[in-house]
Amino acid sequence: MTKFIAKRLGISLVILLLGSALLYILTVNSGDPLQDLRESNSPNRENLIRQRTLNMRLDVPWYLRYFTWLGGASKCLIGACDLGKNIAGQDVTSLVVNAAGSTLRLVVLATVLAIAIGVTLGVVSAVRQYSGFDYATTFMAFVFFSLPVFWAAVLLKNYAAIKFNNWLVDPTFSPVTIVVTALIAAFVLQAAMGGNARRRLITFAASAVVFAGVMFYFDAVTWFRYPSIGLPIYILGVLGAGVLVLSMTSGFDNKRVRNAVALTAVVAIGGYAAVRGLLMESPSTPLLLLCGLAGLVVAFLAGWFLGGFSRKQAVIASFVLALVAAFIAISDLLLSNWSGYLKLQSRPIPTIGSVTPNFTAGYWGHTIDTLTHLLLPTIVLTLVSIASYTRYTRASMLDVLNQDYIRTARSKGISEGKVVTRHALRNSMIPLATIVAFDFAGLIAGAVVTETVFGWQGMGNLFRQGLLQIDPNPVMGFYLVTGTAAVFMNMIADIAYAFLDPRISR
Amino acid sequence: MTSNDDQTRPTEPVMGDMPEKTDPLDHLLSVDEPEKTDLHDHLLTVEEDLEGNTDRSYSQGALVLRRFLRHRGAMVAVGGLVIVLLLAFTSIGVGPLPGWWPKNYSDLYPLMNGGAPTMKLWPPAIGEHPFGQDTIGKDYFAQVMRGAQISLFIAFAVGIMATIIGTIIGAAAGYLRGFVEAFLMRTTDLFIIIPTLVLAAVLGQMASKAGVIALALVLGLVSWTGLARLVRAEVLSLREREFVAAARAIGTPTPRIIMRHILPNALGTIVVNATLLISAAILIESALSFLGFGVKPPDTSLGLLISNYQSALTTRPWLFWWPGVFILAIALCVNFIGDGLRDAFDPRQQMD
Repeated sequence: MTKFIAKRLGISLVILLLGSALLYILTVNSGDPLQDLRESNSPNRENLIRQRTLNMRLDVPWYLRYFTWLGGASKCLIGACDLGKNIAGQDVTSLVVNAAGSTLRLVVLATVLAIAIGVTLGVVSAVRQYSGFDYATTFMAFVFFSLPVFWAAVLLKNYAAIKFNNWLVDPTFSPVTIVVTALIAAFVLQAAMGGNARRRLITFAASAVVFAGVMFYFDAVTWFRYPSIGLPIYILGVLGAGVLVLSMTSGFDNKRVRNAVALTAVVAIGGYAAVRGLLMESPSTPLLLLCGLAGLVVAFLAGWFLGGFSRKQAVIASFVLALVAAFIAISDLLLSNWSGYLKLQSRPIPTIGSVTPNFTAGYWGHTIDTLTHLLLPTIVLTLVSIASYTRYTRASMLDVLNQDYIRTARSKGISEGKVVTRHALRNSMIPLATIVAFDFAGLIAGAVVTETVFGWQGMGNLFRQGLLQIDPNPVMGFYLVTGTAAVFMNMIADIAYAFLDPRISR
Repeated sequence: MTSNDDQTRPTEPVMGDMPEKTDPLDHLLSVDEPEKTDLHDHLLTVEEDLEGNTDRSYSQGALVLRRFLRHRGAMVAVGGLVIVLLLAFTSIGVGPLPGWWPKNYSDLYPLMNGGAPTMKLWPPAIGEHPFGQDTIGKDYFAQVMRGAQISLFIAFAVGIMATIIGTIIGAAAGYLRGFVEAFLMRTTDLFIIIPTLVLAAVLGQMASKAGVIALALVLGLVSWTGLARLVRAEVLSLREREFVAAARAIGTPTPRIIMRHILPNALGTIVVNATLLISAAILIESALSFLGFGVKPPDTSLGLLISNYQSALTTRPWLFWWPGVFILAIALCVNFIGDGLRDAFDPRQQMD
């Protein structure tokens, strides 16, 4: 296995090197970097041309410039990158570091969301194969797959940002909106839940009432201006998540796992109740990380000591619960600070940039500001990649559901829910590991378009500006990050594949 | 959405899958299966035909065609694509050939009603400028049709070119093995490690000055990698089969084995992925034109139209909506056709 990985890594590095040469040659030859100066009428034109020639070393043959770049880039291995300077004389290394940060934030968030939503939709449509829900999901997947990214992005800018901001000034639902939205949501939910006509009708009626009630409540307390989750709903959320995690892992009958999960839930609720005031008053990143880490350690210990013979399962279950609890806690803190943010920023959903320039607010204000800037680009990237995850999960799930061991599980009398979540779902996730790796590398490239529309100063912008000005150094900086990410993700995919499917590593 | 290399086995006689279908346990255990659709019933009739009438037999091609013609989504998509193609190429004509639409995409017409679209759903009327006019009075319907022509031309040219290159490289690598395979596949990896959009942007920057045909050429040169990998995987398994060994034993030359014995059996993979390549090409072309590395004025394309009018969404929404709707419609139709072809070529389709 180690030998296999080492060999793959070696080949990948050679290809990375050759790719850099290819891209450098193409970029250098894609136009004339002095074009704008040659066409200018400024009196010191000759001087400017001479200066830029000197700065970009245009008097030196391209291969010498390439080797200079390569020399600087190879210093990255010892932690002292030097990626040269761009056409304006800025240091590309620091540009790349900043840009990579904002792009990775975007891409990672979009990938995680796309996997979560796409896998859920794929599983449900596979289980309800050939139902109305299946056809609708398939159709929507195709629509998202065929969507021009930039077109969807501009539409979102108009409808999800500008129109939403207008609405937020006086956020009210009309009775018609409430009824129509609740009916549509309930219809989708009953199609996903399935069952016979009676069960569907009950699901439909109950969920319509719940949706309408929630919307009416939000309307009555102007929730969208003063949102909050609060401790009671936090407790309900953690308990619900605990039940869900239990039913997905060991079931309710395993006393040891049940105890571990219960202890984690109790500690999460108690701990959060204790530190919530502190986190609201004087928050900081280390403090947040400390709280999260403490929760995870408790979850691990609870699983380890209460798990007994099902230790592994108990550790995983309580760990997942702790993560979910941390997520709900963060959402609660963010929502509680939303009204304060609205006072500073009357139009909260921005359409451009990755942060508001010269924005002074507390810790939470800045966090919310970053998140609202992430919102629209993330939605765009998520929509585009949901489609492929849904299709792949559906195909792989259908494949697994036809296997003999699923038949065996059913004939043992295991409930259908357990068969799907515990026997089928886990095995159908194996092929997905490779797709995630490919998709992640592809998304960084896809971010080029998204960043252009949303005016982000990210990797995509770096690449685009560099290419427009025939300036190879930023382009190569972009390539270094995306290429390394591609090699790295493929590596992880190979290892994960062997880890998830023991038949392969044998 | 392209990986079906292990699913498409067109050479396998369809009868080979029968025993599993008639497994008595299957009926016992599948009582809670969801309802079967019309489509499924149709497929079952094909199957029953096969079982019942031993004197009638269907060739592999006939079976695939039947399954494709009965795929409702794919047939709607074929209809939609044909309409778009006819509309784009007959309305304003191609080159010297005149079309039936009286206006062309470069002349200025007096602005009417701020250039708002004259098309009405009820009472149905087309009016003077069905898609409206742009800011200086050009007829927008003619412009969108011109953009659609160029986008469609690029998409199909890229699809055909990339399919040919990918098939040749994949087949050579898969059949010849050894040094050739190592070299060709590492070359493919080289093209894969630079994201397609990035490579296309760099090449497009050079080629777009030379016009649309050059742009189609370079896009074709960078899009073949995925197909080459899939074809190689397919050929790797086909070359170990008995009929290839038989052909080799009687001294058939290598090019003939590849062309006559192996590639026809890999047709499913190739055709399905060729359609997906076309839809990917139309999206990449429009993204490149949007970024400024693709089609350049005075030529126009759907992506360029969107790029020009992206700030017009609030004031003149029709300038923004129409080209996007056309890109979406074309890509959606092509993707659905690809899905229908995948199902038609998949022998397991009859089972589930």
